[in-house]
Parts: sequence; C-alpha cells; structure tokens
Amino acid sequence: MTLLDDVASPAPAAPPRRPRRTGRVPVALLLPAALGLLFLVLPLAGLLVRAPWSTLPQRLTEPGVLTALRLSVVTATAATLLCLALGVPLAWLLARVDFPGRRVVRALVTVPLVLPPVVGGVALLLVFGRRGLLGGWLDSTFGVTLPFTTTGVVLAEAFVAMPFLVIAVEGALRGADGRYEEAAATLGASRWTTFTHVTLPLVAPGIAAGAVLCWARALGEFGATITFAGNFPGRTQTMPLAVYLALETDLQAAIVLSLVLLTVSVVILASLRDRWISGP
Amino acid sequence: MSAPRFRAALAVVVALAVTGLAGCGGDDPAGPQPGGSGGATTVSGNLTVLAAASLTESFTRIGRDFEAAHPGTTVTFSFAGSSALATQINQGAPADVFASAAPATMRTVTDAGNGAGSPTTFVRNQLVIAVPKGNPHGVTGLTDLTKPDAKVALCAEQVPCGAAATKALDAAGVTLTPVTLEQDVKAALAKVKLGEVDAALVYRTDVRAAAADVDGVEFPESSGAVNDYPIVVLKNAPNKPAARAFVDHVLSDTGRAVLTEAGFQVP
Repeated sequence: MTLLDDVASPAPAAPPRRPRRTGRVPVALLLPAALGLLFLVLPLAGLLVRAPWSTLPQRLTEPGVLTALRLSVVTATAATLLCLALGVPLAWLLARVDFPGRRVVRALVTVPLVLPPVVGGVALLLVFGRRGLLGGWLDSTFGVTLPFTTTGVVLAEAFVAMPFLVIAVEGALRGADGRYEEAAATLGASRWTTFTHVTLPLVAPGIAAGAVLCWARALGEFGATITFAGNFPGRTQTMPLAVYLALETDLQAAIVLSLVLLTVSVVILASLRDRWISGP
Repeated sequence: MSAPRFRAALAVVVALAVTGLAGCGGDDPAGPQPGGSGGATTVSGNLTVLAAASLTESFTRIGRDFEAAHPGTTVTFSFAGSSALATQINQGAPADVFASAAPATMRTVTDAGNGAGSPTTFVRNQLVIAVPKGNPHGVTGLTDLTKPDAKVALCAEQVPCGAAATKALDAAGVTLTPVTLEQDVKAALAKVKLGEVDAALVYRTDVRAAAADVDGVEFPESSGAVNDYPIVVLKNAPNKPAARAFVDHVLSDTGRAVLTEAGFQVP
C-alpha cells in the first residue's frame, strides 16, 4: 500500500480511505516528532555501535551468559503460565460479572503496573519473606522459604507482569461479540461450558497477545527480582541482573548481555506486528 | 529536514540522554567562583561526592560539617557500590570527588585518567559477620556460616566488600555457598535486618551504624582482608576548589574524628 496508490487511481470499488495528504505537515509537530523518534532510537543504536562485534561469538557462549539467559527464559515462561492460570479468570470476572466494587478491584489489579518494581519487591518480602505475613507460616508449616529461590523469581516476575495480561484479556473480552455467549446460554450451556467452548476460542488472539506482553515484561523484570529474590548465578540471577552487575566491572559484557535482551525484544515485537505495528 | 536543523535536533537528544545517564547530580554548572585562586575559606557552590555505600552515615555527617564550615556550599552525595560509581565516573558522570572502598576500584578511575592527582588513603575498614540482634543462631565464626541450613548474604565479587569477603574466606580455608550476592554492602545488611538471611559479611562500620537491628561478630581472618579507602578529586570536577576543600576536610582532625567514631580505622 504505497502513497502512489493513493494518488494515482480513483479506485471506485475500493473502500473509502482516510484522506492522508491535506496540506503541509506543520514543522511545530514534525520537529518534536522527529526528536521523539531519535530519543527512542538513538540509545539502541548506541548499543549496536559500541558492541564488541569481533569478540561477540566467544562472549555469547560464555557459560555465565547462557546460564542467565536460560534462567530468564525459564522463569519468564513459568511466570507467564502462572499469570495465565490466575489472570484469565480474573479478567473474565472483571469483564463479565457485575459485582459490587468491580471498579475498585480493577484499580487494584493495575496497581503493580504503575508501582515501581522495587516497591513491589519490598512488599513481596514483607508478605512472602521468612518473617513475612504468609512467609512465616509457610516456613514454620512446610519449611518452605521463597526469597533467594527460583520460585521467588517467578513470583516477583508474575507480580509485575500479571496486570499486563489481565488488562489485555479484559479488553479482548469486552471487545468480543457477546451474542455468541448469549446464544450458547439460550441453548442450555452452563456458564462454565460457555466459557471453555465459546469465550476462550473467541478471545484466544487477545490472550495470546497478552501472554506475549506478559512474558516480555517478566523477562525484563529487575527491581522486584533483585529485591525479593536476591542475586545468585544460576538460581536467581536473570539477564537484567547480570547486565547490572556486569556493568560494574565489565562494560563490554554488559553490552553483550543487553544486545541479547534487545534481540529478544525485537523478535517479540515482530511476532506481534499484525496486532500492533500494522497501521490502519 | 536541513542538515543544521538535524544537527541541532541531534544535539538536544544527546544532551537529554547524557542528563538522564548522569542522574545523580542535579548540579547546574554554577562552577567555581570567578578568579579561581581562592583558598579553602572562599569555596562555594555545589559539590557532588560519589562515595562507597559503607560511607553513607559518616560522609553524610562530614558533609553537614563541611557545609557549616563553608557557608554557601551544598554537598550532594551519591552512595552506591564503589564499582557502580566508578563506572558512572568513567562514563562521564559530572562529579567532584570519588571515595572508593577499595584501591582496585579507584584504579579503574585513575587508570582511565579521570583522577586529578593521586588518591589518598583516608581510612581502613574490616569485615565482621552481621547477625540479627541477639545472635539467635549463636554464630561465633566463619565456620558457623557453612552449616547446610545457614542462609548467608555476601556482596557480589564485583564490589569491594565482596572481594574482601572472598579474600577472608580463602584465608580461612572456608567454602561458603551464599544464598545471594548483593550489589552493595548496605543491600547485604538489609537482608539481615529483614531477617531473610541468618548472617552477612559486611563492614564493621555498617554493623555499628545499624546497631539497633544487628549485632557484629568479629572473626580473626578479617585482618587478612582489610580494605583501604582512597579518595580523589576528579579531573573533570565542575567545582575543583570545593572538591579540594572537601578532601582536606575529610583528612582533617574533625573528619577523622567522625570516621573513627563510625568504626573506621584511621591509617
């Protein structure tokens, strides 16, 4: 779909298009827009420029890098599964059930979205820590402690990433055509059957997009993880933590690790291109 | 977009990015006073000091004393792991003074040509075992930390307290698997305060500063891992006269008294 198409033919059969070229683009908009673009892209370009390309293969195969990458992928995936198991029902509740205090619940769900992740980590410690409200009981009853464990990393990531999933799925549910569910109900399907056989397939693309977003957020989690789960290679040191600590002594290593995360992010974005990047 | 306009835009973006990176300063280039030949009594303006996390309490006090002794000066501190601060300096963070918890970290700054003159060692610090108040697990030495159910926090080896811990553990012939490697000494101490770990290797000064929440257990092997703290005026210091005056103040009897009280050894 090029500009030429727009200009060239009257295309009587084509659907009506929005007018695209109604006069000069004002400089007052173009300049800040270009600045904004540069501001977003330049740091990423800097990463590419300063990358130690000649030693990249050796550095990428260093055991520390692979350990951190593997841990990051495993924990982000586990966190996403946890978010799916809990977040999809939560989103359904928010979208389909009219209960008192629904707006308050929705606001509560979005709190981790705006909360600084470090604060989330402190809050997790106070609840799930060894002396925490629940953590103390877990420790004394089951002998289970969560801080400094891989499970702790998963919890920290899920805490920060779940709102992304809930919001995405709730939006999909609200956008879905309710008549299918009504039809199922009039045909005698229970609410559970309707949910599993009609609603879920209907909003599957929304759930998938929410899960990918959730996964990406979990992969990049830093603040809550280092606060709640600590930092130990192979157990709780995920890629972002490895980047942070590498930066203290080895800038090149930090750049290499950052490149890996950048690549993963771009791949994620590319996989979602139909949903987000394709314009009207 | 014409070339000059593009360049101007680029300049703005670069400026934005640099300001964002610098983060910890907030110092406008008020700079040194005109003339520039004033002695220690005429310094003024803003002063940014980057200091090891273990200096938090003592330097905050010294900073207040310095401001009182030199009206018109404002001292801003950024406390963090020494290695993180060294990286910030080498990446061009605008700062006047750097105080590190280890000569090796200081060398990464001076080797990069970012020090003005050579650093001066102003204090020494030693590791102790920080345990929760009352020492509930009865820790008496390093070997108690190797018990299978003992949870221990160490500093990451990249920061001076972690390097010192490795040295002390090696000297003692003790192999220890910590549950976490924290990014600076205060973070390791915080895990003890929160009760998430049973012990952490931190500096004697950190235990003294947190005496309300933790106890310190001295161990003989720490004498083999004493950290020298060097301080230096930075080459690109925006306010060199004040930076020199601050370093002099740290080395003065008043400064040393504060540091000794905090538990540092004065060389």
